[in-house]
Amino acid sequence: MTDIQWLIGGEAGYGIMTIGVMMSKIFTRLGLSVFDYVEYPSLIRGGHNAYYVRGASEQIFSQKKSVDILVALNRETIDKHKQELSDGAAIIYDDQLIKVDPAEFALGTVLIPVPFAGIIKQINVDRLMINTVAVGASLGLIHDDFNVLEKIMQDVFSKKGEEVVIENINAAKSGFEYVQKNSFGKFKRIIEKNILQTQKNILIGGGESVALGAIQSGVNFSAIYPMTPVNGVMMTLIAQSLKYGIVAKEPEDEIAGINMAIGASFAGARSMVATSGGGFSLMVESVGLAAQTETPLVIVEGMRPGPATGMPTWTGQGDLRFVLHAGQDDFPRVVIAPGDMLEAFNMSMNAFNIADICQLPVILVVDKYLMEGHATVPFDKISSLAKNFVIKRGKIISDEDVALSTDYKRYSLVDDGISPRSIPGQKGGIALSGSDEHDERGLYNEEAEVRIKMMNKRFKKLESLELGFSPVDSYGLADASLTIVGFGSTKMPTLEAMNWLAKENISVNFLKINCLAPFPVDAVISAIGKSGKTLIIEGNKTGQLEGLIREYTGLTMSHNFRKYDGRPFYPEEIIARIKEVL
Amino acid sequence: MTELKDLEITYDKPNWCPGCGDFGVWVSLKNAIVSLQLNPWEVVLVSGIGCSSKLPYWVKTYGFNGLHGRPMPIAEGIRLANSGLTVIVIGGDGDQYGEGANHLLHAARRNINLTLIVHNNQIYGLTTGQFSPTTDIGEKNKATPVPTVEAPVNPMSYSLAAGATFVARGFAGDNKQETQLVMEGIKHKGFSIIDTMQPCVTFNHKNTFSWFYERVYKVEDNGHDTSDKAQAYLIAEEWPLKRALMDGEKEKIATGILYKEERPTWEDGTPQISSMPLVKQSFGNRDITPLLEELL
Repeated sequence: MTDIQWLIGGEAGYGIMTIGVMMSKIFTRLGLSVFDYVEYPSLIRGGHNAYYVRGASEQIFSQKKSVDILVALNRETIDKHKQELSDGAAIIYDDQLIKVDPAEFALGTVLIPVPFAGIIKQINVDRLMINTVAVGASLGLIHDDFNVLEKIMQDVFSKKGEEVVIENINAAKSGFEYVQKNSFGKFKRIIEKNILQTQKNILIGGGESVALGAIQSGVNFSAIYPMTPVNGVMMTLIAQSLKYGIVAKEPEDEIAGINMAIGASFAGARSMVATSGGGFSLMVESVGLAAQTETPLVIVEGMRPGPATGMPTWTGQGDLRFVLHAGQDDFPRVVIAPGDMLEAFNMSMNAFNIADICQLPVILVVDKYLMEGHATVPFDKISSLAKNFVIKRGKIISDEDVALSTDYKRYSLVDDGISPRSIPGQKGGIALSGSDEHDERGLYNEEAEVRIKMMNKRFKKLESLELGFSPVDSYGLADASLTIVGFGSTKMPTLEAMNWLAKENISVNFLKINCLAPFPVDAVISAIGKSGKTLIIEGNKTGQLEGLIREYTGLTMSHNFRKYDGRPFYPEEIIARIKEVL
Repeated sequence: MTELKDLEITYDKPNWCPGCGDFGVWVSLKNAIVSLQLNPWEVVLVSGIGCSSKLPYWVKTYGFNGLHGRPMPIAEGIRLANSGLTVIVIGGDGDQYGEGANHLLHAARRNINLTLIVHNNQIYGLTTGQFSPTTDIGEKNKATPVPTVEAPVNPMSYSLAAGATFVARGFAGDNKQETQLVMEGIKHKGFSIIDTMQPCVTFNHKNTFSWFYERVYKVEDNGHDTSDKAQAYLIAEEWPLKRALMDGEKEKIATGILYKEERPTWEDGTPQISSMPLVKQSFGNRDITPLLEELL
């Protein structure tokens, strides 16, 4: 089996992000299963960027620790990452600019000097194109046909004009040919062409997955203030806004954003916002407004370490309790957490149906690791999810019905708590939606009896909740000796760890909780109530999910694994913890 | 045919203090809707929190009573989703010049096509009389034990600087003028603000109806050219004052339209809604296959 993790490192501002995704694309087009992960500081220039791209001939689910090809654009990259190198790893670097001593690496490490700066000078292109030479050189080390990269360059740069395409192809080809001529064969793991021809994969980012799910679901309004890690959601929506008729605005702040989205939804649009913990903090009062006025709304919350500014470009799962409780007093909300690209797409689509049917806020809680990483997803799988999805807008009254109504009441006390909704502009549907407690007409009312009825009505809506996907998912054999429990993006390294353990004949299973509110009590109890050992994995300091499970089920986990260092979980770490526990 | 009775609700009535300036704005708004023959179901009144923000409850149009300071972005969302609606924002001085001042700034510069009516009583009434962003300099009361040195927000200058394309001041003691201003504001294609001096009869014992009657004048009586922005600034700076009054000095308070211009609206800059309001367009039926294919 082929399994190569490539890493490019260098100073911020040298196009590492662009070139990282390009490497992922190369692996994808060569037929590999791909996962990528990027680390960078919160600044535009300077600081160290590191882009990990892993490609394998079998399905993979996450990054791994060991690096097989290291592309060092500066000496700092070698210092920071040399301890990650696997046996027989290759280092691609410019020996005119960086001094290395073979003795500083393990025996068998292959040094691949490539004169990046010399090539740039020779073909007379901008110095910023060193990364393009580097990606060509990388391909030259593992594959003998440049064609795959030439096509990618054409696809990626064609919008910028023929000149840009040719310049990039020349730079990449120069790197490719230099390595082919001087070093091909030194690195032993060569990728044959199309080793996996059975399925067609797309390479998709987490942010793109959420946005494409929203587009498929008919979203036509968004008001998103930029914030890492949800910029991918925002930029994808904006890029498609003219083609698909989406009004995608950039508000003055997150408070304005969520209120614009509520206003648009009140007026009949399918509407969303996306932010991170800081922006969500500003939105909190308005989350309650959406609930109180029973206005459908989808909120994407991309977690990153806090509090306050915290570590803006890193990952974590520390906002779980925050999104569950945000807002004064009790109100119904739905909180769902996708664990990979396909789930991000699927849950994003369904979030809009849930919001419309139950007339309440739905929070899609994600994190930096999921939002800014990319992975391969089978084209047929995502395409059939999209094609089979049915948009449901719930109880919006038709123009004809509401015109006949003589005494329409927006908040009528109906059996399921979900009152038929009129839309401004409909004759006969005139009503007021208010943030005050109100009676069936929407008129402010502070009578005890009315208050109780309205609170109960709002919560009643959750009884008809249909997620469109399972509230929990179980992976692995039911009788395994250990059950791993988690939510959100920990799914990816956990599945990867389970794969590796299976090769050692160690069997564990995994319960992933997809719906955090309302909490799926019965499903969780039936999945882990009888488990012997349980290991809960989550990215926060205080065990927020662990406490939540105890609160709702009375179940205590036997072991836990928590991280709050801003880094994602690695399969190696999970395996080590599992072996400690077993 | 829209008549006044079409705008009346039968199950409740205003609970403002007797003699409150809010009544004047309420009557003028209804008169304006009738005079312009707007269909009540195509009007949305959006408000925040405060005495004046209760107004939408007592007019039979669509309404949204949101959070303190936040009606403006709600209204912007409504306009972008359905540009066929007449959207009117109702707020107080706390709502618009305190908690929501940032939203006002941005709505004005975007020139979104809606009308803002501010009930400006220079005091926080609902919370029993604390000073507001427009309380006159030098005032003191039980919540302000020493005379305030905080210069009041000047809603006219602020709106002009923000790029508002229709800037007017009304007075709740002159319903005829207020009705006319609201009508002109609604007809104006773009962002219109009508800052309306609206005495609080319970908590503001200085800026009373009679105090205003002695000071207001109409800019049109002086032949003011509403396209002259420099002149509009000079008039706007006449009042409120940023300094204490000198002996024997009396304020001049301009009312009427200070400034008006035509400029593309936010809606004009949104091609997605140029041919039809967003919510009237066909919904769903999207094929994202081309987007997925780009990712192959």
